[in-house]
Amino acid sequence: MTLPIRLDVDTPAAPPRSNGELVFAEPWESRAFAMAVVAGEAGAFAWEDFRQALIARIAAKPDARYYLSWLEALEQVLAVEGEVRERAARLAARPAGHDHMID
Amino acid sequence: MTDERVPAELRVEALEQLLVERGLVDSSVMDKYIAMYETDIGPMNGARVVARAWTDPGYRERLLGEGTAAVAELGFKGPQGEHIVVLENTPRVHNVVVCTLCSCYPWPLLGLPPSWYKDPAYRSRMVREPRAVLAEMGLRLPDDVEVQVWDSSSEVRYFVLPMRPAGTEGLSEEQLVPLVTRDAMVGVAQVTA
Repeated sequence: MTLPIRLDVDTPAAPPRSNGELVFAEPWESRAFAMAVVAGEAGAFAWEDFRQALIARIAAKPDARYYLSWLEALEQVLAVEGEVRERAARLAARPAGHDHMID
Repeated sequence: MTDERVPAELRVEALEQLLVERGLVDSSVMDKYIAMYETDIGPMNGARVVARAWTDPGYRERLLGEGTAAVAELGFKGPQGEHIVVLENTPRVHNVVVCTLCSCYPWPLLGLPPSWYKDPAYRSRMVREPRAVLAEMGLRLPDDVEVQVWDSSSEVRYFVLPMRPAGTEGLSEEQLVPLVTRDAMVGVAQVTA
């Protein structure tokens, strides 16, 4: 991955943080975001295909939450909608107390 | 078809499991990206570019001529940072950027787009009535200033070089950086001293 340079955070040169507002409303949005970037960079799909899928989703449902459209576009370009749905249903059936585990 | 009733967070978790199993993503790499976009990059990179352009005429010329290369000089590149075109605001012309189709945005310079940038109302109205939208966002422009609206895409990501505010002649490049806001680099605000 292309890492940009690290920026100062606590020197007089540090850029304004009030300007760097949080960009994700919920953690899953950031996971969905990063998944697309990482899988895209790994060559799992062509970024332009994803972009077109995202455009189509947003056009179809302009008021949908942005990262939901993003997620659906990602599932589409990876052709895993059915598999994700089945697996998510299994995750939903986990015993209480384990619903926040990743693995 | 997707099932709207399955919560998005479970779908994301399921998808991540699947991609990890297939070796397509590494969760720790994802964590790094998230941290990078949430804290390391963001409007601060763009602010450095602007401050350099304000203080180094040669850099300003390279930036306006070949945006992507000039931005890379400062070490800023990465996904969604290809094909950056820099638009210079002047006392006569004010530039503002929108993505009418989705949310194309110069990530390496400005981080991820703010929520209003992705808002359907912003995306459609900024093209039709830019002065009204700018005024609603707190930027009232004199009638004799021409407003130019630029539609970002995967081919071109626009970035606004704001005007250097009056009264900052004595400030160094480092002192100028904190003055530059994200909104000014999208074109919905001006930089104030």
